[in-house]
Amino acid sequence: MLSLKELQLRAALFQAIRKFFCQNQFLEVDTPIRQPVIIPESNIQPVASGEAFLQTSPELCMKRLLVAGCRRIFQICQCFRKEEMGRHHLEEFTMLEWYRSGADYHNLMRDCEELLSYIFQQLAQNIAGDVGFQSNSLILNDSFSLEKPWRRITVAEAFSAWSPRSLGDALSADLFDEILVEHIEPKLGFAGPVFLIDYPISMASLARPKEGSTDYAERFELYINGIEIANGFSELTNTLEQRLRFETEIAVISEKSGDNREMPEKFLSDLGRMHDAAGIALGIDRLFMLISGKTCIYDAVSFSPDDM
Amino acid sequence: MYSASDLRKGLKIQIDGAPYVITEFEFSKPGKGQALYRCKMRNMISGNQFTNTYRSNDKFEKAALEERKMQYLYNQGDEYHFMDNETYEQLFITAEQLGDNTKLMVDNMEVQVLLFDDKPIDVSLPIFVNLVVTQADPWAKGDTSGTDTKPVTVETGYELQVPPFVEEGDKIQIDTRTGQYVTRVKE
Repeated sequence: MLSLKELQLRAALFQAIRKFFCQNQFLEVDTPIRQPVIIPESNIQPVASGEAFLQTSPELCMKRLLVAGCRRIFQICQCFRKEEMGRHHLEEFTMLEWYRSGADYHNLMRDCEELLSYIFQQLAQNIAGDVGFQSNSLILNDSFSLEKPWRRITVAEAFSAWSPRSLGDALSADLFDEILVEHIEPKLGFAGPVFLIDYPISMASLARPKEGSTDYAERFELYINGIEIANGFSELTNTLEQRLRFETEIAVISEKSGDNREMPEKFLSDLGRMHDAAGIALGIDRLFMLISGKTCIYDAVSFSPDDM
Repeated sequence: MYSASDLRKGLKIQIDGAPYVITEFEFSKPGKGQALYRCKMRNMISGNQFTNTYRSNDKFEKAALEERKMQYLYNQGDEYHFMDNETYEQLFITAEQLGDNTKLMVDNMEVQVLLFDDKPIDVSLPIFVNLVVTQADPWAKGDTSGTDTKPVTVETGYELQVPPFVEEGDKIQIDTRTGQYVTRVKE
């Protein structure tokens, strides 16, 4: 459980985020947490809630709001992913998502730079005001710098720098995730935040292919201290391609677990009318873990599973 | 059988016919990637360690371990003999297998013996044991040298630091997990 000081710091983080987005003309929205149809993603297990599911992310609803006419929106909400528990994982966690129409993933990376600088500046008072409190905070770490622009490194570059196998080899041997976790993540984001960009198209999820490329997608992850903090991309607006990707995922889920998942038809029908846009999800609990100087996400939320 | 989601620190599994205990465990899941379960494990017989990463569809056999309550009888050189109080069955464990445990074992002490495939591989002592102090320097009252502990030796020959008021002939309680003094025991 968090102490009063930690609860105050967490509240200050929420306020800083809301202020930042309001100042940048983003509309705060809220969408249903319990949904009858969710994104089929074979690597994410949803928590069932009666006939429906608890959201694994607010992605589908937020994109439909873009189609409905919103230009810039953000949301802070709870998301649920079954059997994800560890030093950096909670089954229930707090997500910040924001979307911009008429934008691509480069805009989102700049948003991240601005947002974190703003948060650090706003919270510096809270941290410094208490001598000894949260002395491990990332905000007080002199060897960590938010100076812009943050480093951008492509997945292919990261593999040639640190992986024992080439990216192509890793993909064909189905070892991409293992190598990423063991050899690449531990190198990312210790002197300052790093963007790992341009993921292989097979890991594109709902991201559009990179312009002029069939191999890579306009997707990035933000890393700090070796920990993935956010995942953003230029949205795929090609309905047919999105349907094909969903079909593949639905087939994999059915094969793995026998679950029959529905196609998000309403989303797909709206997607046909969506203009270029970009969206990103940021794990607030992980960010707060770093800001409050903790090493386990369980110590960064008001109640961890152990407290319940 | 265990599945990957059962893996955690302290779990005992069987790999290639040997029992392993998980000593470090890390769940990871790179963005949009699959769940990975990284385990550092120690072979419970040889002590060898190794690290491996598993995926969510991996399955694990439970280690065929059995815990039995037994009484420590005596030692003959490096062989330490134990008896099952219900079946009167006896077995011995080598000093090497017992490691530091021998420093805190006295005759007739009840212990938990861990068996793998009916062979003893480890012994757990009670968390607290009471042992008699056989050698201690007297307490100089008013000693202000600043040290708040002094060394004593207990009946098993084990040496440890205790508060200065503990005297020869006292019975003291020791925490076997840390090997440290807990309190003086009044008979």
